[in-house]
Parts: sequence; structure tokens; C-alpha cells
Amino acid sequence: MNQARTIVEKVWDAHVVAENPGAPTLLYIDLHLVHEVTSPQAFEGLRRRGLKVRRPEHTLATTDHNVPTTGRGLPIANETSAKQIAQLERNCEEFGVTCYGLASQRQGIVHVIGPELGLTQPGMTIVCGDSHTATHGALGALAFGIGTSEVEQVLATQCLLQRKPKSFRVEVNGALRPGVTAKDVILALIAKIGTGGGTGCVFEYRGSTIRALSMEERMTVTNMSIEAGARAGLVAPDAVTFEYLFGRPYAPHGADWDRAISRWRQLASDEGASYDKQVEIDADQLEPMITFGTSPGMGIPITGAIPDPSAIADPIERESVRKALRYMDLEGGKPLLGHRVNVVFVGSCTNGRLADLRQAASVLKGRKVSPHVRTLIVPGSYEVKRLAEAEGLDQIFGAAGAEWREAGCSMCLAMNDDRLEPGEYCVATSNRNFEGRQGPGGRTFLASPLTAAASAVAGVVTDVRTML
Amino acid sequence: MKPFTKFESRLVPLAIDNVDTDQIIPARFLKTISKEGLGDQLFCDWRYDAEGRPKPDFILNQPRARGAEILLAGDNFGCGSSREHAPWALTQFGFRAVVSTSFADIFRQNSLKNSLLPIVVPREIHAELFALPPEATLGVDLAAQTLTLPDGRAIEFPVDSFAKHCLLEGVDELGYILQQETAIANYEARGAFAINTLRSSA
Repeated sequence: MNQARTIVEKVWDAHVVAENPGAPTLLYIDLHLVHEVTSPQAFEGLRRRGLKVRRPEHTLATTDHNVPTTGRGLPIANETSAKQIAQLERNCEEFGVTCYGLASQRQGIVHVIGPELGLTQPGMTIVCGDSHTATHGALGALAFGIGTSEVEQVLATQCLLQRKPKSFRVEVNGALRPGVTAKDVILALIAKIGTGGGTGCVFEYRGSTIRALSMEERMTVTNMSIEAGARAGLVAPDAVTFEYLFGRPYAPHGADWDRAISRWRQLASDEGASYDKQVEIDADQLEPMITFGTSPGMGIPITGAIPDPSAIADPIERESVRKALRYMDLEGGKPLLGHRVNVVFVGSCTNGRLADLRQAASVLKGRKVSPHVRTLIVPGSYEVKRLAEAEGLDQIFGAAGAEWREAGCSMCLAMNDDRLEPGEYCVATSNRNFEGRQGPGGRTFLASPLTAAASAVAGVVTDVRTML
Repeated sequence: MKPFTKFESRLVPLAIDNVDTDQIIPARFLKTISKEGLGDQLFCDWRYDAEGRPKPDFILNQPRARGAEILLAGDNFGCGSSREHAPWALTQFGFRAVVSTSFADIFRQNSLKNSLLPIVVPREIHAELFALPPEATLGVDLAAQTLTLPDGRAIEFPVDSFAKHCLLEGVDELGYILQQETAIANYEARGAFAINTLRSSA
């Protein structure tokens, strides 16, 4: 009888190509997602060595980081962005890789379109030159971000050299109260274990709260695994997963579907499987969460007070929080509720899916955003945009005075023209509040789409529960 | 890749925890299609003011940073984005090692592939290093896996055995994987592939 294994061990074991003495495991990669920012030097490396893409049919590219979210029909105004986007399309053409570029109705943020197209499937190994690749773990795939050297290795060999990660069981139990979302669950986890708490580990999210989340909500949770230091985070596939995947363009069909389901059912961690680390979260106690600082771990319940750095014992940690508060121009001990907001951004691979837009619309319906708040609603993909428009969400956003944009990464990382001005405060549904992330000098409060929409209406940081 | 050799250098201290790769190299410099020219943009928003003038109080703009090859960083250095531009920028500035109490996983792997050595030391040694005078030098010996302090103590540090071998011998990882062709082909022959992005019916 085999030893009890976790889902990660099962996926890992099924992808071992070779174990050579003195070297890490050679692991096979089922799906390689590629975007314009972290791939040009990798394709150039192939060219220099005279190599091909080994499995173009296991590779898919799209443009997302740099793309404008306005005026799709027009040439891209920013010359360097235009050059990088054109380079990806040329590279894909030369190496025979499918690219859903700006002209495609399948374009979108790489972590939105993978699941949406049914490319992301349980039990797969998935990589991308992007740290938010962990998103795909929501469907039970072992998915992690890699650097450009590794992008080149996967393009050339479909393999990576990897050491087996430690396992970290994240147990989330209880019913979420009204106004509390998947985003609040993950922000609470990161605040609890810190931005380095999961280093060297892969999370497995378990428990009644996770089971009760929809597929899109699970993706919000797994997406931010990296913000707690874990390269990957998985949820074992269940009926929610299968229902989500059924009928999607690249999902198995007919008899293949039945075979796939029976295979996927075997993936859940065995009873008695052991984990290197674990943490528990009581979800029924959670409040809406918001970050006050410049690291995703600097989060508090929305009714809480900003921590006072002088109460922190460790000198470097104390100075880090002081530096963050200086950058944010905030004072320890004060509440964040009622703080002025200049911009609200709803979108990104964390919260740019249909369920997220519905959340924002539920607050904005019949209300107006504050006249001094610029509100950007950016769908995660062309398909999300189409579906949102089909149910009239764009009308709700428009009537509320918010801007409805084209798909892309947008103001999550400000590589296109969507960015904060120095000193501006933004409630953002994205994943990182790093200094300058949304534009040099910009200041980010990370929160859920509900909190973001409520803050857009009030013009200040707001507890959405007062508007439900 | 050139073999990684022993060296001695002064330290550049940066006493901040959780330094993310967006600070090491901001996203707006990632539009390049080359690996070169990133050293001048290292820590750009901490290093220069809005007009592009060097900020004199930032450590990289001080005389002690000139020619220094070791960055002394806070805990969880290199967290956030997977951008390999971060180690490219650090090495192009001249760094060959970063010393901290811990590193983010993707940054550590990216660094090892670019001859930038991440050195993890215990907390008390880390605190001692921050207390050293500016002219103090440390010795880095990867073969012995030691960091030598000015008083002669040699502190051992962990490093993945394969990464160490690749660094010391200048082994190219992709070259190594390409030699595993038989194993890869055998694996592929066993497996039925679930996806095919070129499938016309999709």
C-alpha cells in the first residue's frame, strides 16, 4: 500500500522525467503560458542557440501587461510598449506558438484566459514568467511563476529542474459574513503569516470556506499565494471545478471528459497525508480587510487601527513599517476608515473576473461614484468584458460615473497609461501595494471589489457593510 | 556562464525587510527586449528624485557603494514579481552576492542562474554585519560555503548542491537539460497530453 500523499505530491510524482544524483528533479511542464514582458530575452536565447520551441502545442501566448485599455482600434501610442507587443507576435509567428494578441477575442490577462479557455485543468503542471501563475492552482494544478531563464528552458525542453517544495496546509473554516469575500480571506492569511510566511512551500487551501467558494473566488485566493511567499497554492478539484470546466473550448469533451473526471477525482490529498506546516483561519470571524502599507502583509480589518511602529520590537521591522507609513503619509494608531481616496481600480488577475465585476456592480447600482474619485473598471479578458456587457454591468458602471475599459493588467502595475499621479491614494482590487507599483509616488490600499466600490461612492475608505 | 570565483568586498547595507522586485527594478523599465542597460535603473525610485537627480542620502549614491560587490539586505529580500530583471539590474550595478536572513523563492532561483549568490546568515550574524564600519570587508568563498568576517570568523552558509556546482564550473543549466533528451522523449512517449493549443477545433 502506498503512503498517503498530498495533491501536490501526486501531481509532482506524475511529472517526474528524471531523478539524477546531485541534481534537482527534472519535471515535465504540461502548459506554458507566455506574455510580452518576460519572454523576449528567452526567445532571443533560443535564436542564439539555434533551438526550437519543443512543444508549441503546450504553449500559449497573449499580450496583457503593456496593452492600452482604451481605443483598441488605434495604434499603441507608447513606442516601447508597441515594440514589445509586436516582438511577442513576431516571436510566436517564428516559433509556431499560438498567440491571442490584441486583435483576438481571446485576449486577456494570462491568468484569466487560461482557466476561462479550459486550458488550465486539474493535475497539470503550469508555468508562466509571472508570479501570479499560482492563480491556476484554484483548479487543482501545480502552477508557479518562473524567471526568464526558466522560460527559455521550458520553451526549449518543456522541462524544469526543481526541488520538491514543502507542503503547507491552509485550513479555512466557517461561513463568510455579509460584505466579506475571498479577497478578505487571502488578505487575512497574508497579514497572519507575513509576506515570507510561505517561502519554500506550496499552499493547499482546504476547509469548508474554500469548498463553499465559487471557482472564480477560489482563483482570487490562490492568486495571492505568492504575496505570502508561496510559489503555488492549490485547491483539490471537486464538483465546483468540474462544473466550471465543462464545455470550455480546450476542456476535454465526450468520452475524454468522463475519463478526465475519474482521473481528477483521484487528485485530492489522501486521508492522513502529512504537511510540513499548517495554519488555521476562522473565516466566520473575518471582517473586510484593507492594507495600510507598502507590503501585502500590512493588512488590517477595515474598522481597525493602523499599527503604531513604536510598539514593534524588532528594529529592522520597526523601521520598515515606519518607512511604509512615511511613504503612505499615514499615522500609526489612527483608523483608515474615512481616509480620502483619489482613484478606485477594479480589475487585475486577482479580481478582474465576472464575479468580481458583479460584486462591484452590486454596490454601484443606483449610486454615483464621488465626483473627485476617478474609477476604473477593467475586465480581466475580452471574454469577461463580453459577458459583463451581456448582463448590462457596463450600463451600471457607466450610470454610476465609472470608466469601463478594455482588458489588460492596467493599473495593477502601471506599465500602460493607467497610473496614479504622485501622492494619489487608490483603493485597488489588485494584489500589490508596493511603493510606486501603480505609478511613481502612488499609494495603494488593497481591498475587495465590494470595498473598492463602496469607497468610490463615498470618496473615502468605507466599510461596505454600511451600504449593504 | 563564467565560473564564480572567491572574492572580498565592502558591504552596502540596506536595512529594510521585504524589499520587493518592484523596488529593485520598477515595472516601467521592463518594456525592454534586452537584458542589458538595467544597472543604472537599479532601485530607481529610491535612488533618484523626480527630476532624475541622485538622492545623496540613498546608500547606492554614497562613496562606500562604489565598487562594492555585496549587498546586505533585510529579511525576505526579492519578494513579489518573478522578473529576472531584478538580478540582471543588481549584477549590472556590480553586485555578486546579497546577504540576508531569507530570500523569496523565485528571486533566489533567478539569482543563482545569473551568478548572483544569495547568502543566508543567522539573525545574530546579520545584526553584526549591519554594525560593521563602512570600510569593513567580507570574504565570499562559494567552494567552502563560507562568509569570512573582518575578525577572521568564517560563517558557513547553505547553498543548493547543484546550483553550487553550476556556479563554480560555469555550467549552463539549459545545456544540462538538453542532455536529458532521452528521458524527456521517454516521458513524452508515455503520456497522453490533455491539451493542444494548436487544436483547430478549440
